[in-house]
Formats: sequence, structure tokens, C-alpha cells
Amino acid sequence: MAIKSNLDAVNDALRTAMKKDDRVVVLGEDVGALGGVFRATAGLQKEFGEKRVFDTPLAEAGIVGTAIGMAMYGLKPVAEIQFMGFIFPALNQLFAHAARLRNRSRGRFNVPLVIRTPWGAGAGALEHHMESTEALLTQIPGLKVVAPSTPYDMKGMLLAAIEDPDPVIFLEHMRIYRAVKGEVPEGHYTVPLGKSEVVREGKDITLIGWGYMRHLAMHIADLLAEKGIDAEVLDLKTLAPLDSKTILASAMKTGRDIILHEAPRTCGLGAEIAAICSECGLLSLKAPVERVTGYDITMPLRMSEKLNIPDEARVLEAVDRVMNF
Amino acid sequence: MILGKYDPLKGEKFCMIDENGIAKEVASLPDAEKLKALYCDMVKIRAMDDKAFSLQRQGRLGTYGQLKGSEAVQVGAAHAMEKDDWLVPSYRENGLMHLRGVPLSSIYLYWAGNELGAKFPEGSKILPFSIPVGSQMLHAVGLGMAANIRGDKAAIVTCFGDGATSEGEFHEAMNFAGVFNSPTVFLCTNNQFAISFRSTKQTKTPTIAQKALSYGFEGIVVDGMDAVAMYQTVSEALAKARMGGGPTFIEAVTFRLCDHTTSDDASIYQDPKEVAMWQARDPVVRLKKYLTSANLWKQEDEEKLTTDVKKAIDEAVAVLGSANKPTPEDLFGFTYAVQPQLDWQLRDLKGVIERKSHGN
Ligand SMILES: Cc1ncc(C[n+]2csc(CCOP(=O)(O)OP(=O)(O)O)c2C)c(N)n1
Repeated sequence: MAIKSNLDAVNDALRTAMKKDDRVVVLGEDVGALGGVFRATAGLQKEFGEKRVFDTPLAEAGIVGTAIGMAMYGLKPVAEIQFMGFIFPALNQLFAHAARLRNRSRGRFNVPLVIRTPWGAGAGALEHHMESTEALLTQIPGLKVVAPSTPYDMKGMLLAAIEDPDPVIFLEHMRIYRAVKGEVPEGHYTVPLGKSEVVREGKDITLIGWGYMRHLAMHIADLLAEKGIDAEVLDLKTLAPLDSKTILASAMKTGRDIILHEAPRTCGLGAEIAAICSECGLLSLKAPVERVTGYDITMPLRMSEKLNIPDEARVLEAVDRVMNF
Repeated sequence: MILGKYDPLKGEKFCMIDENGIAKEVASLPDAEKLKALYCDMVKIRAMDDKAFSLQRQGRLGTYGQLKGSEAVQVGAAHAMEKDDWLVPSYRENGLMHLRGVPLSSIYLYWAGNELGAKFPEGSKILPFSIPVGSQMLHAVGLGMAANIRGDKAAIVTCFGDGATSEGEFHEAMNFAGVFNSPTVFLCTNNQFAISFRSTKQTKTPTIAQKALSYGFEGIVVDGMDAVAMYQTVSEALAKARMGGGPTFIEAVTFRLCDHTTSDDASIYQDPKEVAMWQARDPVVRLKKYLTSANLWKQEDEEKLTTDVKKAIDEAVAVLGSANKPTPEDLFGFTYAVQPQLDWQLRDLKGVIERKSHGN
């Protein structure tokens, strides 16, 4: 099997989907000749032509709104929003239309649309290029939101997202675009949406993360193993709808949960996960569910960015609190 | 009168000094002092911009978008603006912002990713850098609406690129400006690229300026590599705004003689022949040609200018090197005016930093 970066896995998935299904089209800012600012769509325009891979005017509402129309016509548009921080002009289209056309038309129309967008901090980028606003999107019934963190999942879940009959927001963490590599099978395969995955089994404590945080959690689990603490790591993978079953099973098994996310703490996904654990698993819990998250502030600029990203020190302190409760 | 004389629908474009440094109507040029000042400031902002690029390459700044090719737009506008005029920039107006009073060191600090660089001098009517493309022009229009409500004689310049004119918010800004007669000068730097995307594909209209007509106000296409034309056009549009004449749209046609930002590689999509053609129209070289041929500029002047510019830049770089890093208070302190609910989080961060510094 080939070893690929997350970025190359995205490119591979798009190419695979476009070969398999001529309804798949790719659109967005700079996705054509340039191949995207990260090169996620590199080579696609050359291979599939300007009709199926095209640059649009610089307008996010335009990109998403027209992609909704294309999807209702029967195409399978994969739209790129250049950075998650710039999805906001399109929010009206997502909230008012993409998410509810199925409902509003009583099932006559559906919107098989994928929106790919790079997200997350830690790459030392400019303001608005380091956002984690996933919870704003998971609050919208009708949208699926996924955030894979390994090349295998990146490809398999992107293929699944393209085949999904409903709109999917596909989040690609910038910090691990190139830094994380892994085995990626040739050709077509899918990894189901809506499922979280225990990526490391343990019995003492559960660490939950997605995107870069999943990799931090694995690193922490290694450190804890040296201290004799057996940590389980849950890669959330799909953020909406949540896989409550898998979340709960792990919480009930270890009795100790720590959720890591880059997004601000208040009303972040950590709050929802903690609520699931307390609603359904209270008697199995051995300690309060902890959250290690971004603070409730505007993401600091590059020089101080890392102060607002959960790191080893902060997670280890949380582990201490939970283990010694 | 320049506005109204050049019809964008007829493909007319205003220019005073052509690419060979030849003035069309010498009698209509500003005085020698102004011409020299325009030139000196172009040299200055080009040098500070080049320095920013090399600082980025040394890892001392983060991503930086150069302004090379647009010096005449920024210097022309800076000289046209009066003390009380407002500036609502994008991320590329580093030269204009500096000439309007933002210290060079602040600009370098900001792009280094230090919040302290975002603190512009108290009282300056300059809004912060705005990175979400196409969003800030509405604020300019609103400033003007407020001035109208208060009966003040204000004028606002808002800057953006060709790509920005595709965003919905741009069109809302144009419509509001017309409807409310906001004293706003829309200054569009058409550097012909939005990252890799050509301005000719951004819109089906042959010019961007002509869009102003459909919003009910004047639009003009100007040679954006001609500092004199830029200075005169923006001056006239601002004077009109202050007199209650409402908004104007200026499309300054230039060419991006650099990458989009330091993260970009324009060689993938720019045609070297076309780049060479536009390099030959260089705004800085062009005005120098005119000044030299008119006997207004000598080698000693150039030498003195080079020394002065270098000194100013060295001073700014020294400040960059010695500046404090933002403290946790700097990061928390401006989220709300009053923020008791964040106090525990601030304490948490300080505690983490403290414990890390003690190595446990
Ligand atoms: C709303 C939004 N979408 C996308 C981006 C990413 N982006 C940054 S600059 C840019 C191109 C802007 O082109 P233009 O308006 O012509 O200005 P220029 O950069 O050429 O000065 C893009 C797409 C952004 N900053 N904001």
C-alpha cells in the first residue's frame, strides 16, 4: 500500500471519485490551474477538464449557493472553501437551504453536496486561517460534519461523503495536512460517516479528539503508558451526527473521559459529549468529565497561537485531576 | 475635472504620466515638491515592502502579502487624503497605512503575529487590517452614513482588490453607498489577480468601474501605475465626498509584480512575458524618469533618499527585534470591555505558563 499524506489522500479521493462517477464536479477559489492553495486539487483540472474542475469568482455564498443548485440538478459538487474562517458568507446558504431543502420539499429534493475546508490552528497562519468553528456547524440539523485525521480515513470518508445523499462539511486539519502520513489503499473504498472509532484500547481513561487533537491524544496515551496508566483514545471522526453509542461505550468502560478540542470551551462539542456521558452513563463515571479546550477568546495571532491550543502540559494536568479525583 | 471625463463604458482610462515617463499635459501636473514627494514615498514603501519579504524569509514575520506594483495607488491615495479622512484597508495597504501614520514597526510586528502591532496610534482614523475579502467596505459606507447623520463633513477611503468585487458584501456596500449618499471612495486595486484567478474571469463586464453606474454613482478607470493620476483622482473624489457629492468608485489598474503572499508561487500561473511587459511600466521607475527628464531629481537626491529610507527601516526592524511578546492579559483583555466570566480562564493560562517555566 502507498504511504500518503493527508493532503495526498484528499487528492487521491477526489481523483478516484471523479473517475468513478462523471457527476462529480470540483469547484472553488483557485482549485483549477493552481490546484488549490494547499494543492489538494492539484492535477485534477488537467485530468478531468475545465468543465468538471473549475475556479469560481471569489464569493463563498456564490460557491455554496450554486453548488446547491447543481446538486439538486443531479450533479455531485465538491466545493472548496479556501479556509474555514471564510465559510461565513456561505452560512446563510448552508443553514437556510442546504440543510433543509430535503425537509422543505418533503423529500422531493436532496442536496448531495460536499464542502471541503481546511481548519485548525498550529500552522502559524494569519488571522482567520486558524479557526475551529465546527460547533457552529454541528448545531445545524441536516448537515453532516466530519473531521478525519489520518490519510486512510481522509480518503475513505471523502469518498463516503461524496456518495452521501445529504450535505457534508468535510474538515481537513491544516496542521496535519503534510505532517501526518499513513497507508492508503489504491482505488475505491469508503469509511462510513457517523461512526467514531476507538483507535487505541485502554481501560483507565478515555481521551477524545478529532483532527490534530486525535494525534495529541495518541501521544499523551504513549506518555501515560510509561506511567502505568492505560489510556483509550477515541477518534471522533464524525462530529455530526454524533456517534453517541461509541462515545458512551468508552466512557462506561473507563469511567474517565477527557475531551480535547481547539475550539472555544463554551458550547463546544466537548460540552455535548460530556452531556451524553452524564445523561446516559452517570453511574459508570469515576470522575467528572474534563474538557481541555481553546479559551473563550479570539484566536491569538501566530506568535501566541500555541498558548490557545491544548498541549501536552495542559492535558497531563487534566489527566492528573481525573485520575486523582 | 477628472471624474465624469473618462467613461468606463467607452474603455477610457485616466493617465497623466505614461509608462515612458512622459507627461501628457505638463500644465496640469502638481507642483515639483508634490511630484518629488510622491516619488520618495513610493521608494520608501517599496523598500519597506521588500524588507518585509526578506524578514518573512528569515522566519521573523509570518505570511506577508507584498504590494509590489501598487505603489502608485497607495502613495497617490495617501497624498490625496486629508488629516480627518478615514481609511478602511484590506491586508495589502501596508504602504498606505504607514503613510497615514501607522509606524512601520507596528506593521512589522503585526505581520510577525504580535497583537501589540495592531495597536495603532490613538486617534488615528484607520481601521485594522481586514483579511476576510470583500467585507470591510460596508464599514466604510457605515462610517459615511454616520457622518451624514451627524452632519459632519467626512470622507472615507476603502481599499480592496479585484477579487473582492465578487463578494456579495461588496455589492451591498455599493448599493448602500448610493442609497445613503455615503461619502465613500471605493478604491479598487485591480492588480489583475485574486491569488491565481484572473480579474477578467471575476466578472463579465470589461471594467470593474462600470459597476458603479448601476449603483447610481461615478466610476472611473485610472492607470494604477501612475502616481500622479492616482493622486489627482483620489483628491477629486474625496473633495466631492466632503462636499456632499456622495460615493465614487476608482478602479486602479495595475499588475501584481510579486507572489500573492509569501505562501504563494506565482510562477505556476503568471506568464513571464506578461510579467516583463508590466515590469516595464513600473510605477516607481516611471515617475523617476519624468523627474529626471524634467531636471527635478539628481543623483544626490537619490542617494540621500536611499540613506533616509534605510535608516527608517533599520529603526523599525530594531523595534521588531526588541518588542515584548503579548502577555496572557494582552490575549484576553480585549475580548469584552468587562469580562469577569473569563477571569478563571486567564488565571488558568497564567498558571500553565508559570508551571511550564518551572519545568513541571
Ligand atoms: C472571504 C474570503 N475568502 C477567501 C479568502 C482567501 N483569500 C485571501 S486573498 C484572496 C484573493 C484576493 O484577491 P483580490 O481581492 O483581488 O485582492 P489581492 O489579494 O489581489 O490584493 C483570497 C481568495 C479570504 N481572505 N477571505
